Amino acid sequence: MISWSGLVAQLTEILLAVLLAPVLQGWVNQCRAWMQNKSGPGILQPYRTLRKLFAKEAVLAHNASPLFRATPYVLFACMVLAAAIVPILGTDLPFSPAADAIALVGIFALARVFISLAAMDIGTAFGSLGARREMMVGFLAEPALLMSLFTASLISHSTSLATIVQHLTQAHFVIYPSLAFAGVAFTMVSLAENARIPVDNPSTHLELTMIHEAMVLEYSGRHLALIELSAALKLFVYSCIGIALFFPFGIAEGGDALGLVLALPALVAKLAVGGFAMALIEMLSAKMRIFRAPEYLGTAFLLAVLAMLIHFLLET
Amino acid sequence: MAFESLPLQLTPLPGAVPAWRGEAAAADLPDVCQAVKDQGGRLAALWGTDEHDRGEGCALHLALAKPEGMLWLRCALPADDLRYPDLSPIFYPAQRMQRAARDLLGIDAEAKDRRPWLRHAAWQEGDYPLRRDAAADNVFEPGGAEYAFVSVSGDGVHEIPVGPVHAGTIEPGHFRFSIVGEKVLRLEEHLGYTHKGVDKRFQGMALAEGAQLAGRVSGDSTVAYAWAYCMAAESIAGIVPPARALLLRALLLERERIANHLGDLGYLGNDGGLAFGLAQFMRLKEDALRLNAKLFGHRYLMDCIVPGGVACDLATAGAAAIGAECDVLEREVRLLKDIYDDHPGLQDRFLTCGRLTASTASKLGVIGLAGRASSQAWDLRAQAQPAPYDALEVRMRTHKNGDVAARAILRFEEIFESLRLVRSILGRIAPGEIRAALPAIPAGRIGLGWVEGWRGETVLALESGADGAIRSCHAHDPSWQNWPALAFAVINNIVPDFPLINKSFNLSYSGCDL
Repeated sequence: MISWSGLVAQLTEILLAVLLAPVLQGWVNQCRAWMQNKSGPGILQPYRTLRKLFAKEAVLAHNASPLFRATPYVLFACMVLAAAIVPILGTDLPFSPAADAIALVGIFALARVFISLAAMDIGTAFGSLGARREMMVGFLAEPALLMSLFTASLISHSTSLATIVQHLTQAHFVIYPSLAFAGVAFTMVSLAENARIPVDNPSTHLELTMIHEAMVLEYSGRHLALIELSAALKLFVYSCIGIALFFPFGIAEGGDALGLVLALPALVAKLAVGGFAMALIEMLSAKMRIFRAPEYLGTAFLLAVLAMLIHFLLET
Repeated sequence: MAFESLPLQLTPLPGAVPAWRGEAAAADLPDVCQAVKDQGGRLAALWGTDEHDRGEGCALHLALAKPEGMLWLRCALPADDLRYPDLSPIFYPAQRMQRAARDLLGIDAEAKDRRPWLRHAAWQEGDYPLRRDAAADNVFEPGGAEYAFVSVSGDGVHEIPVGPVHAGTIEPGHFRFSIVGEKVLRLEEHLGYTHKGVDKRFQGMALAEGAQLAGRVSGDSTVAYAWAYCMAAESIAGIVPPARALLLRALLLERERIANHLGDLGYLGNDGGLAFGLAQFMRLKEDALRLNAKLFGHRYLMDCIVPGGVACDLATAGAAAIGAECDVLEREVRLLKDIYDDHPGLQDRFLTCGRLTASTASKLGVIGLAGRASSQAWDLRAQAQPAPYDALEVRMRTHKNGDVAARAILRFEEIFESLRLVRSILGRIAPGEIRAALPAIPAGRIGLGWVEGWRGETVLALESGADGAIRSCHAHDPSWQNWPALAFAVINNIVPDFPLINKSFNLSYSGCDL
């Protein structure tokens, strides 16, 4: 039975995710700029970009199919859905039973399939190039992502994210060595999935080296705005999954209003630290050759498997 | 003298570099070229001029280089038979230069490759814009044939067309990749998008003004081009610039080298995904450019070198500022070199990437920085040593790996060497004149300019006409020799490594599209 308060909390969370996501992206970019001794465009820059793009005309290739037009909306819907089932502020999420951690990975995969198909739809060389690389990164990243989520679900005996977080926050303070390994694996996967250095370079203008950017080269106007917003949401959702699984302290149990209000500063603080850390990782590493990505993601998978083994050996 | 064993009448040309002039018949060209090649020489430039106004047809010109000097070979082609033997089997870089000469003048090497090079769709086959009867403001009917790229067939082979418009702010050029998966099987370049008729524009300009145009052929090498032009003009005029002017020219050339190498090293880091490197190197480059603007009046040092000397003097305070900047650069670049050297991710990208072996480089006649990274020991400053380099003792560095890492490390080493040269110049520079007057110049005199710019050697051939005007002038960029090498360096690399490899060569489009 869905309670009214739950529904309000749920909708607030989704709205918050959509609103905060560009700020997180702006924060990461701002940190990157600072680390390069630049003044940076400010954390609100993604909003300005979105406003500009929404105001612009969307230009479509003559041979664009309905799939090409539909993809930005599908993408955005997938990310909103993902944001709905991840406990961002509180664990009382009426939508949460609709999809568990496995379905969450499926939602990301659905978005990936659509954007890859759309990239190949126009038939340009760069789109296909990007789609091909995206699928390669994707099929290596998904198992690693699943494994690290499984580790967390083994601890709480549930694959529902809300239940996992509830369990982790309610339990007495226990150090789970398995979660440390899973956390490293998850961080590595997050970088790859969000087209960040060392796997992809979000700020490059070199078409031949792109992965995510190559797929969206043909998009413009409101379509591109939705894709950019979806990318920002994806980064936000991944960050929130990371926070929920590995640093859940501060997330409100149940749906009481005070808890939710108190959870917000905690979330912002954790995102700020996480965004800074991500910028630091990006700044310190070079982009790897694309055929190093399997090694990188293989390492992530291995760490996630180790996490599960450690759970069975030490924590049961 | 370097070319005495050739069966030719050679006349020495006065001037800063050892150079000779010879005439050869078209039929003898292959033998002469082969003999020069057997003696360790190479083709420095190939171009044509129209001589119809003298009652002849056209002339083919070759600049053949050996470490000791350069031979400027002229070959008259009668109006009714503008053909000459294909020289590309002997000198690989001749291919594109021959095609360009054919597009501009109609002189034909009868090579197998009949495709145009500079003529895209701007004029028809049979129009020759460099002929004297073609007015500079001539409007041509556009041609329109598709350029026939060589296609590679096989299972899973497909093509990626890139350019001429790129996503970054760079010059236009088209690259056609034939790939399997991510592996590059073949890269074909199609350049000429920035063709603007520089050779034609030179004709009729006052000899004293040509340096301005020469300095704008390729903006990042403006000092090298302007110096090459002035060297040729001074050779024609029979004057020697004052010692202070020559030292100032070398100072400017080394500053240009340092600034470009700094920029390239930054971009190499950036293309490897290390934005930190770009930020740091661009900061250093920007400081150098600002000092240029402050001391010499132009960030990229345009119009500082003029026939007879230099247009800008250096005060004591300026010399002190440059000396102080050298110390800062030395310290900071060493620090950045350590960071680059110790960065495993960046070294993984650089090492073995875009490898140009010494034997391929030698066959292709690769020169300049890219050549030195593949064991091709050509550095005019250390070999023919035009003044003032005869007193500066340049230490040439070469590497044998020929990969991106070698080209990067060579840039670091050349920065340090240039800093040493700058300090040495500052120690030697004595008060004095900075410009000699240019006398009236008779028609029909020729002069050669040869300068080692940051990218490689710049060759400039100049002939005077009536009333102190230019009869013909051809500027040659080292990129002519090195563009084909890029296509070889990319083979068997993966597509996403191309931008990095391309940047490690950093060739000029404008310089060879002319």
